[in-house]
Amino acid sequence: MSLNVDGLRVYYRTLAGDVQALDGVSFAIADGEIMGLAGESGCGKSTLGKSLIRFDTRMRYVAGSVELDGVALPIWDNDAMTDFRFKEVSIIPQYAMSAMNPTRKIGRMVHELLRSRGMGSNGAESELKRRLDLVGLSDDVLDMYPIELSGGMKQRTVMVISTLLDPSLLIADEITSALDVSTQKAVAETLVGFRDRGFVKSMIVITHDLSILYQMADTILVMYAGQLAEKAPADTIVNEPWHPYTRLLISSLPEVGVRFAKKRLSGIAGRPPALLHPPAGCRFAARCPLATARCAEEPPFVEVAAGHSVACWEVAPC
Amino acid sequence: MRRYFLRKLFIYLLTFVIAVTIDWAIPHLMPGNPVLTLMGRLQIQDPKVAQNVYHHYMRAFNLDLPLWKQYYYFWVSLLHGDLGTSILQFPSSVTSIIVHAVPYTLGLLIPATLLSWYAGNKVGALAARRKVLDNTVLPVAYALTATPYMWLAILLSWTLAVTWKVFPVGFAYDPTAQRAWTWTFVANLLQHWFLPFMSLFLVAFGGWAIGMRNMIIYELESDYAHYLEALGAPQRLVRKYAFRNAVLPQITGLALSLGAVIAGALVTEIVYSYPGLGYQIYRAITNEDYFVIQGIFLFIILGVLIANFLVDIAYLIVDPRTRIGMEGTKA
Amino acid sequence: MSTPQVAPPSVDEIAPLEEPVTAPVQTMGGKREMLHFAVRNRKLVVGLSVTLAMLVFAVVGPFLAHHPPLEYGGKLSWAPTTKDGYWFGTTLLGQDVYAQFVNGLRLAFIVGALGGGIAAGVGMLVGFTAGYRGGVVDEVLNMLTNVVLVIPTFALLLVIAAYLKVRGIMMESVFIGLTSWPWAARALRAQTFSLVSRDFVGMARLSGRNSWQIIFKEIAPNMSSYLFMMFILLFGGAILIAATIDFIGLGPSNTISLGMMMQLSVQNAALQLHLWWWFLPPGLAIMTIVASLYVMNVGLDEVFNPTLREL
Repeated sequence: MSLNVDGLRVYYRTLAGDVQALDGVSFAIADGEIMGLAGESGCGKSTLGKSLIRFDTRMRYVAGSVELDGVALPIWDNDAMTDFRFKEVSIIPQYAMSAMNPTRKIGRMVHELLRSRGMGSNGAESELKRRLDLVGLSDDVLDMYPIELSGGMKQRTVMVISTLLDPSLLIADEITSALDVSTQKAVAETLVGFRDRGFVKSMIVITHDLSILYQMADTILVMYAGQLAEKAPADTIVNEPWHPYTRLLISSLPEVGVRFAKKRLSGIAGRPPALLHPPAGCRFAARCPLATARCAEEPPFVEVAAGHSVACWEVAPC
Repeated sequence: MRRYFLRKLFIYLLTFVIAVTIDWAIPHLMPGNPVLTLMGRLQIQDPKVAQNVYHHYMRAFNLDLPLWKQYYYFWVSLLHGDLGTSILQFPSSVTSIIVHAVPYTLGLLIPATLLSWYAGNKVGALAARRKVLDNTVLPVAYALTATPYMWLAILLSWTLAVTWKVFPVGFAYDPTAQRAWTWTFVANLLQHWFLPFMSLFLVAFGGWAIGMRNMIIYELESDYAHYLEALGAPQRLVRKYAFRNAVLPQITGLALSLGAVIAGALVTEIVYSYPGLGYQIYRAITNEDYFVIQGIFLFIILGVLIANFLVDIAYLIVDPRTRIGMEGTKA
Repeated sequence: MSTPQVAPPSVDEIAPLEEPVTAPVQTMGGKREMLHFAVRNRKLVVGLSVTLAMLVFAVVGPFLAHHPPLEYGGKLSWAPTTKDGYWFGTTLLGQDVYAQFVNGLRLAFIVGALGGGIAAGVGMLVGFTAGYRGGVVDEVLNMLTNVVLVIPTFALLLVIAAYLKVRGIMMESVFIGLTSWPWAARALRAQTFSLVSRDFVGMARLSGRNSWQIIFKEIAPNMSSYLFMMFILLFGGAILIAATIDFIGLGPSNTISLGMMMQLSVQNAALQLHLWWWFLPPGLAIMTIVASLYVMNVGLDEVFNPTLREL
């Protein structure tokens, strides 16, 4: 197994108490697997992504273990994690447009970054040029300041930089949120290309957009209110979802060719619970049409078929 | 780029013209005949001398000419470097008074401004990193920047010069010393220079330290800092980038702070009787020596405009964003 | 657990609930939340208390003085004593230092409020107009701002004040106000720009309100915290500038201010004569007021801006 996460709990410290943003998450990703991480805003997907590489100042590790390629990742220890960052685990951040120092030429910044990580040799830098070429950027980019590049160019540059050292795990955090559809497709294809060429072993693609995941991901993990709802191959999630939340999610997606007169867009009434004092038991129960008394107890995330796990008493009773 | 500089130059020239106009206009806006008021203050007993002085002033003010001609002649004499004659230190010309005073003022201003800027930035950056340092440096810096320049000068003078006699009380050098470029004389100069320099330095230092600390904290929270940290860059590299980026607004701040620091230098000189522009202006005000006041005002304006221009150039060199914004991108 | 045999109900049978069963979310209201943080912010509390204490002193103090500030009544160069109400001693010329001090304190607050207020007003006028109108108006106002910004206003005040025979505190405040507004105008212009592009302004425009109504009813309230903090900085700045002007000898006639006290003490060789009660209190008072204003400002920033709050 490439990545193994067990019982991960990460909370946010606030003046009012701990916000239980990530509450007991366990899953595994195989070598070469692209896993999409989907869910609405506030479900904990970004928290999960960030906790695997670098904690925000407000995040607090509570419990759980993470293992990458058989080695334990000390995510709670900022200094110990430095050895893994960039080399084993890397991230394409949400803010890729402003991720580069505006007053430094890009080539110089990368050079200084590599040198500070003890890799000042020319090997990585010539590889850098090759990869820039792969994504359609010329060498000249290295001689420019970030302000001279367009948004798309900056995004591609950041994608290349983040994967330069061939990390085992790449976290792509909402990288398509601000893009138009055709650019989204290009970015998705580039990422899959990285995996196919072996630049990255496995990937976690965080987004709220299920359709892009359907295009590029092998498996999809759906989260709700800090906990896992369902994990299955992308095809299954979209065409044969089991968890009530996933199904409502899929059914609320607009279909091409469907007109309003025939089928109205349906949402899911209500809002996710506040995670400051989350309700006991299944967190989706309040909005779930299948809820019963059993749901007052938290359902376990069990495997219902090969590579398919669900957390729901009704659908996957134990 | 050329447009940028031309634009700045235009504003500075415009400012200079406005300043000169104000300078010329003020005596004329005041009620009464300024010459007669001057005469009244001088209280010259000898009627012959009084006559001469009166005519001198009438000529000097060109009061017999129409207004626009007076304005014109004002510019003419200005461009010839003639700023009039001092009443108090008659017959010294205002220009000579200024020329003799300027080295002392610049000798205080330039080191104090540059050193306080440098030290303030360094200490502010340090304080942004270590909480312990932050808790001690910050209150001190706030106290310093809130201190009026002359009060700190008074404090330092009273404690270190008058009471403990570590430094001399005033003037630029010992009146009895031999004025030659010997080491003893230079040492004497420095001794007298130190306290006024210190009072200017300390107050300005406080302001820079606070500003830099806030800028560094802001930069350390930026996206590029987070990205570098996510890629495992050591704090050393992140701090280096943060510092370079935080210094940019501090450069602009240098130009903006000039007005305040000059005012500070002027009052500090008064406390120490240090023979710079401040001292001269004080004497001029107390003795209603109007030409000197006006002359020094123009001189200060000119100095500030030049300094602003230099800072603009420096900023352009240091910040690639502004440079590129003007030149256009290569891609 | 064995894998379940039951297949999930088909998609059509699942329909979302009409009314979810969610508990109401408990959060604090905007203003109340701010008050909650405000009271707990040490910088704000300390800064505000000290400023208010000085203000009370300035208001009440003069009523407690035993002698008028300019009267040459007492013994010369008396150290602070309880006799005759000369709590702060006397000057070289026998004037009551306490009376002068509280009088100066009062003047300082007046100059701060008036001078800071005028500067804030002009800054708002110029900044809002430039930011809201844009275009040519913005260009012109920008140029005006730059010109006033560059002129070393202290020097300008010197020249103007030197020619005026009788100077009042009002005039001093007006001068200071009319010359310290540029940086406020710049900052407000930038803020206005960012707000003008927002939708609520577009709505207001559509509803037919005129520019000034929009500026004062929609834009300004959104920046109220920023405006308040700006006023505090201008207030402190005005006090410092006034003290410097007074020290040079261009203070208000027929009265005595803190800056003038320092000037007279230096002029009369108070340092050499060790009359510390004459020259120490005025500067100390100014430093205390301005420093507490600055600290208060930092505290306010933390209260208004949640990202700055420390856990």
